[in-house]
Amino acid sequence: MSEETMAGRRVGSPRARAIRQTVAAAPFLLPSLVLFAVFVFYPLVRSIWLGFHATDPFGRNEVWVGTAQYHDVLTSSDFRHSLLVSGQFALYTVIPATAIGLYLALLSHRRLPGIVIFRTIFSSTVATSVAVSSVVWLLMLNPSVGVLNYVLGKGGVPTESWLTSPTWALPAVAMTTVWMNIGFATIVILAGLQNIPEELYESARVDGAGRWSEFLHVTLPGLSPTLLFVSVVGVIFAFESFGQIQILTQGGPLDATNVIVYSIYREAFLHYNIGLASAQAVVLFVIVLLLTLLQFGVARRWVFYQ
Amino acid sequence: MTRQSAGRAALRLLGWLPLYALLAASAAVVMFPLYMTVVDSLQPIAKFLTFPPDFWPHTPVWSNYRAAMTSIPMPRYMANSLIMATVITVGEVVTAALAAYAFSFMRFPFRTPLFFLFLSTMMVPWEISIIPNFQTIQRLNWLDTYQGLTVPFLATAFGTFLLRQHFMSLPRELKDAADIDGYGDLRFLLSVVVPLSRAALATLAVFAFLQAWNQYLWPLLVTNDPNMRTVQIGIASLQSEEVQRTNVVLAGTILALLPMLALVIAFQRFLVRGLTAGALKG
Repeated sequence: MSEETMAGRRVGSPRARAIRQTVAAAPFLLPSLVLFAVFVFYPLVRSIWLGFHATDPFGRNEVWVGTAQYHDVLTSSDFRHSLLVSGQFALYTVIPATAIGLYLALLSHRRLPGIVIFRTIFSSTVATSVAVSSVVWLLMLNPSVGVLNYVLGKGGVPTESWLTSPTWALPAVAMTTVWMNIGFATIVILAGLQNIPEELYESARVDGAGRWSEFLHVTLPGLSPTLLFVSVVGVIFAFESFGQIQILTQGGPLDATNVIVYSIYREAFLHYNIGLASAQAVVLFVIVLLLTLLQFGVARRWVFYQ
Repeated sequence: MTRQSAGRAALRLLGWLPLYALLAASAAVVMFPLYMTVVDSLQPIAKFLTFPPDFWPHTPVWSNYRAAMTSIPMPRYMANSLIMATVITVGEVVTAALAAYAFSFMRFPFRTPLFFLFLSTMMVPWEISIIPNFQTIQRLNWLDTYQGLTVPFLATAFGTFLLRQHFMSLPRELKDAADIDGYGDLRFLLSVVVPLSRAALATLAVFAFLQAWNQYLWPLLVTNDPNMRTVQIGIASLQSEEVQRTNVVLAGTILALLPMLALVIAFQRFLVRGLTAGALKG
């Protein structure tokens, strides 16, 4: 209809119309487009380009070195180690955060008097930043006066100096991250639960399904796209993690927590090895891109099963 | 009748008791780390060297909070964060509203490819662009400035996507009527679309503010001057610099968290909508 009024009011060649439309739309699109060009697309190309060049600490005097740095990154044991650490970190954070979020969402899903208070508490950690939760947990994890060791000691479990132990540092950092991400997981899963049509539960009840079978055959399938979303976003978060590492362990001890982004930061901003850090960043980009595409692809297949 | 139903209600409440117990226990576990931080922020510093830890501030030192506002530069940090988060929020809402309007109400060549170009920026994680972006900011002489902290974040595909979702749901007849009344696009956007989209705009604003306030990596890179530190960088660096005043730093940490906690609680409804926009639309 608007096509008709437009055509009826202003007549012109298709080409003139296209120009007129472009001129009209430009002021609306250019602010975003310019910012994307400068701060998203250019850096992406520039990162790839820097990966092919060795540079001085200020990114000048670029010397073409071909794929040498990419080759270094992909074959170096350090980077493989960082990749492995990031993968482990993803595993340690995503599974517990999703499971706890699912548990808290199921617990607070029913409409009961006062349930809003509990939902608010469960989702509250979404307000905490990585700096706040790191400072909070630094205290809890303190080996000599921290609460965690106190409680473990009471329970007869051997205590640890969490953040300085090569074995425990990564799980300890993961624990702080899980706590920080619980709020996000709970919020999204609660919304997912509310999206499952009530009729499905009703018909399950008519079929005489028990609580457990209802959960297995209605709740879980209905929730699968949501759980998938929470997990994939969690994996992406994990691969992009930096703050908690920088505050709690600085990548140590013995590189046990040297996740990819921390490694990029250290190469670029502490060792001034811009080219190598850029090559690492490009590899990280490919990983995150594959994860995102996986999410879109799998989500499309799963979401429309109804 | 009523007594019977009241009795039934009471009985039902009794039946929920185990669930409430479970809810309360879970809430206690989730809140415990924050609870301990509040407790420790109220302790005298001597308490930090004693074992076992105290689970209750027997002699609460409220002056720790005053000290956080006077003897460490918390007010400055908070002001920096407030300025940064406000600028980013306003910028994101404005650029996203403009772009979303074009994508939902205007016709122009390459509309769909351009929209996909916007969406594609969501696949480029910020962390991988930090090196070139740092160099750009450095070259512009924007290190230790508010421009350096904010300008890279003034446009988001997420915001455009979120608002477009809502704009598309508005009746097309509005636009036809506005065309007949001779409204220009900007006037139509401001006087018709914006008032009808308050909830979507609020969702984006809450989301943008929370994210901006909580940023860590970028402010760490582009600020060296302690006067330009945001509250996140402030508390993280004070925590290692001010070991003798851990309690005061913890009070500062609580002060940094409180505004966001208030925001999340007050605007929970909007936040949920923003967080789930990606999940439910696939």
